[in-house]
Amino acid sequence: MKPRNSGSVVRLAAPLRALAQRFSFLLLVLASVALMMVGRIDALSVDSARARVTDAFAPILDAISRPAATAAHVVESVVEVQNAFEENQRLKAENARLLQWKQAALRLEAENISLRSLLKATPEPSSSFITARVIAAPGSSFLRTLVVTAGRRDGVRKGQAAIAGSGLVGRVIEVGEWSARVLLLTDINTRIPVVLERSRQRAVMAGDNSDQTRLLYLPPEAPVQVGERVVTSGHGGQFPPGLPVGVVSSAGERGVRVQPNVDLSRVEHLQLVEFSLPGSEAEPSSESK
Amino acid sequence: MTLTVWQRLDKTGRNLAPFAVTVMLALAGMIPVPLPGYASVAPFLTAVAVYYWAIHRPDLMGPGTAFLIGLLQDLLTGGPLGVNALVLVLVHWAVSSQRRVLASSTFALMWFGFGLVMLGVACIQWLAFSALQATVLPFRPALFQALLTMAFFPAIAWMLIRVHRAFLQG
Repeated sequence: MKPRNSGSVVRLAAPLRALAQRFSFLLLVLASVALMMVGRIDALSVDSARARVTDAFAPILDAISRPAATAAHVVESVVEVQNAFEENQRLKAENARLLQWKQAALRLEAENISLRSLLKATPEPSSSFITARVIAAPGSSFLRTLVVTAGRRDGVRKGQAAIAGSGLVGRVIEVGEWSARVLLLTDINTRIPVVLERSRQRAVMAGDNSDQTRLLYLPPEAPVQVGERVVTSGHGGQFPPGLPVGVVSSAGERGVRVQPNVDLSRVEHLQLVEFSLPGSEAEPSSESK
Repeated sequence: MTLTVWQRLDKTGRNLAPFAVTVMLALAGMIPVPLPGYASVAPFLTAVAVYYWAIHRPDLMGPGTAFLIGLLQDLLTGGPLGVNALVLVLVHWAVSSQRRVLASSTFALMWFGFGLVMLGVACIQWLAFSALQATVLPFRPALFQALLTMAFFPAIAWMLIRVHRAFLQG
């Protein structure tokens, strides 16, 4: 503090400060609105800022998400011990059924290989995957994303499919150095070209922030049955065809709704899958700037 | 009275407690909880913290700090930039306009005031997201989030009171 000389500055600064205090709320509100505009206009630099901040906090999020996961495991194992007997019976029955299916699958695979060799069909695109742990979910009513512990240095790229167990979960939308963000199927911004497995009817699956998704652009007379499997169609080149997505849960006047195969609230580990689709080679170079 | 370097450092550290606790709550609010439907109604913990500190220590939790915490939350959650910043600044504004009443009131009245603030927060979030998506989104998840946050309020407030007593008094 300088006792002298600052009198005139204070005299000048005091009204300024009062003015600033009076308008600080207004300024901050305007700044927030301006940021919303910037986010709409310059989405790329906002994305990279987000990735940096997420990277910086990823170790903390990783550390604090572990006890929560452990607690959930303990609760789950208690419930499982209670139901062990019935579960065992059910699994035995399921195992017998699956063994039959295995025989069928082996026979079909052999038949497929011999038929392919006869036809000179092009081989299926190969895939490689990275397994990552889920460390954060946004905790907002209007966002459906997950943050995982794998990033650019692990080989994660924007647009990769995120798969957990029995089906598609979402896709990578933002990649940091050691963390990445996955947009879930149920987010309102998700659009995935799909096909109904039995009727081969094409549609676009869209999220609406609820636990189920809906099918868009289905012709009204399309024969949709509840329980029909929904798989990716591979149109648009984002995902390979045939990835299981979900099951039609209701079809009626209010549209067709799909229940995702994976329980999105319980996902702990994800596989981020790179499908080397024909024509997608150009993508990594355009992004690695 | 002059303070030594250590005393000054200690004081600065203590004065940072409200900010640090609020950031910790922002991170804690992002822990994935394996309950179906929880993610959409997860309590908005930073609003509780900004509400509490704006009543009790407005010198350490100014509108600028609230804005910064909101911005951090926007960046971490991956949502549109500026929404949480706007919400927390407005929470701060609502509190500072009624601070005299709230600071001298009972806990029940403080809780009631927070309920009103959270209803406003739900409306603003819903409006902002709807405007940015250019569609009318369902209001119900935001309302349930507000109700759940109100239910969590006593627990979080209790923790904040403990922090307040431990670091900022005496």
